[in-house]
Amino acid sequence: MNINFKHEWIETNIGLMAVLTMIAISVGGLVEIAPLFFIDKTIEKVEGVRPYTPLEQRGRDIYMREGCYTCHSQMIRPFRDEKLRYGHYSLAAESQYDHPFQWGSKRTGPDLARVGSKYSNEWHVQHLVAPRSMVPESVMPNYPWLLSTQLDISDTAARMKALRKVGVPYSLSQAEYDANVTKFGETVAKQLHIPAAQKNLVEQANFGNYDGDRSGISEMDALVAYLQMLGTMVDFSKYADDAFVETR
Amino acid sequence: MAVTAYSGAEQYNFDIVKKFAVMSLVWAVIGMSVGVYIASELAWPFLNFDSPYFSFGRFRPVHTTSVIFGFGGSALFATSYYVVQRTCQTRLISDGMASFTFWGWMAIIVLADLSYMLGYTQAREYAEMEWPIDLLIEVVWVTYLILFVGTIMRRKQPHIYVANWFYLSFILATALLHTFNNLAMPIDLFSMKSYSLFAGTQDAMTQWWYGHNAVGFFLTAAFLGMMYYFVPKQAGRPIYSYRLSIVHFWALAFMYMWVGAHHLHWTALPDWTSSLAAAFSILLLMPSWGGMINGIMTLSGAWDKLRTDAVMRFMIVALSFYGMSTFEGPMMSLKEVNALSHYTDWTVGHVHSGALGWVAMISFGSLYHMIPRLWGTRIYSNKLVEAHFWLATIGIVLYIVAMWISGITQGLMWRAFDEFGNLQYSFVESVVAMMPFYAMRAIGGMFFLTGTVLMLVNMFMTIRQGKRESAVLDAGLATRMAQA
Repeated sequence: MNINFKHEWIETNIGLMAVLTMIAISVGGLVEIAPLFFIDKTIEKVEGVRPYTPLEQRGRDIYMREGCYTCHSQMIRPFRDEKLRYGHYSLAAESQYDHPFQWGSKRTGPDLARVGSKYSNEWHVQHLVAPRSMVPESVMPNYPWLLSTQLDISDTAARMKALRKVGVPYSLSQAEYDANVTKFGETVAKQLHIPAAQKNLVEQANFGNYDGDRSGISEMDALVAYLQMLGTMVDFSKYADDAFVETR
Repeated sequence: MAVTAYSGAEQYNFDIVKKFAVMSLVWAVIGMSVGVYIASELAWPFLNFDSPYFSFGRFRPVHTTSVIFGFGGSALFATSYYVVQRTCQTRLISDGMASFTFWGWMAIIVLADLSYMLGYTQAREYAEMEWPIDLLIEVVWVTYLILFVGTIMRRKQPHIYVANWFYLSFILATALLHTFNNLAMPIDLFSMKSYSLFAGTQDAMTQWWYGHNAVGFFLTAAFLGMMYYFVPKQAGRPIYSYRLSIVHFWALAFMYMWVGAHHLHWTALPDWTSSLAAAFSILLLMPSWGGMINGIMTLSGAWDKLRTDAVMRFMIVALSFYGMSTFEGPMMSLKEVNALSHYTDWTVGHVHSGALGWVAMISFGSLYHMIPRLWGTRIYSNKLVEAHFWLATIGIVLYIVAMWISGITQGLMWRAFDEFGNLQYSFVESVVAMMPFYAMRAIGGMFFLTGTVLMLVNMFMTIRQGKRESAVLDAGLATRMAQA
């Protein structure tokens, strides 16, 4: 059978053209995205990575609200200079609970993937309120309102419920809680329990006293709690230098 | 009744084209002003004024949304409605649907801009709109698709003109990308806040599949559609090669969707994905240059128009920048180059050589061609067009040269080691080194913005002139009819 193809068939038939265009534009995404959900090696098995505590998650929400990702990345690449400057390169596992990811695309400021525990809480508070008082050459905006605005904690459980629906293992039932105890240990599992979300948030903020002011819970408390956690979950001293090479 | 018959108002719906054309210029001025402002914030940080609403992080999406979807989007609605009616020789199937896309689209941009300033964002680049706005986009976009395809189905001749293929692929691809990249779970039906359905690596891949194809289809394929109608019209010559347009259309539509992962080189995305994307990025050079060659060569035999016709010059310079940035893009997608260029201002420069050089310049050229025809008159001042052309061109060159230098400087400073094997520079030293170039970039932007303001004034005067002429014509006709 010899079909003498003519492009004219497509040019004269809008239905055919739309269908063929749809096919042409669908292939790339299917081939590159779909396997990422099924290939096990896409996300390494690594100890220590856990979902965020209610306070850290609220801090992350503020990080997104202020558009920090427009100037800061959270993705260290496997280069010698980045290892010296920022630390071990980022693992896929470390952002597995990030809805959405915040890898960023631009470093007007430095990468923040492992900024946790590098500076004191006081440094972060002062730096966020007035960056140039700490780093005179900085071009970062001042964020004084984070200190003066009280964190609205009323919808904390609602936020965690939404995250649970998209796959973060926050627990609602006793069975889910028990599963978290097995997976993450009791201390972490308690933090992931939605019915206790508000209580946990208040306790962490009071105990950590991130903004240095015990009179209330400010947005600064949440943001600093988030920043101080970044990149600290995995203990790389437990792993050989080339432990994660295979998955890259 | 006979008084209005000569205007062709019954044959085509030009009212909707006029509305979108004017708003395209308004959004251009707003979006570019915000762009100049945020560029200045980086050079002179006191401009953030300790205000949450205007701080760089919240204001930057206002810039990108206003220029990409406000200016670019309105220019695409305007020209696609114009081109589809002219080339199909039929009226849009529904005035009501057309009107809905206009008011819907305007509401989307206004709501999006305000919501970012108030702190509502999905924190996904170029898809920052929260879920209620995303749903509105979905509804407007499906209406647009039905209107566009429905109008093509009513065409008066068998062939669908090539410009419409590109517009169609843009509408379909945007629907696909927008839908999958914005899948999210709201925390409450009465809350703007939502969380992305995907996490980490998969989320990054989905977002850059969207992000790069917003460039590929919204900012490239669609503007090629614009090019395929307005360049031959302005040049008064047919498209250079019909065969080339077929080959590069299908190649472009197929290949673009593979390249997004080149934004994720050396990240936690698996190597196979970004390598595959890099391979397709290099292949993509061919269909991209196919389009550029087809556009530029359309002028062959009429090159003298470049001397005499400033509108033509906008179009040819646009195609030249298109060729330049579609060469730069594949180069930056090579892993070795990307290791240096990623995270730096080079990327910002590359985006703007495409966005200012290609997208804005081809839109300006097309709007200069279309607006006088819509109001049945000539351009008010060709001198102003000439001035706009030079301001815009100088502005782009200042902008991208500043970003090339600052980007490569950043990349080299970050990886520099001293003789003892330690990092040579602290991060903030690279920030200090950027200052002259951040100032130069802001000034380049001011040049470009000034040109756009001149265009807005010139087109305002053109429209006024057109209205006055038709009023005189109407009065004349009325007098003659009264005498008859």
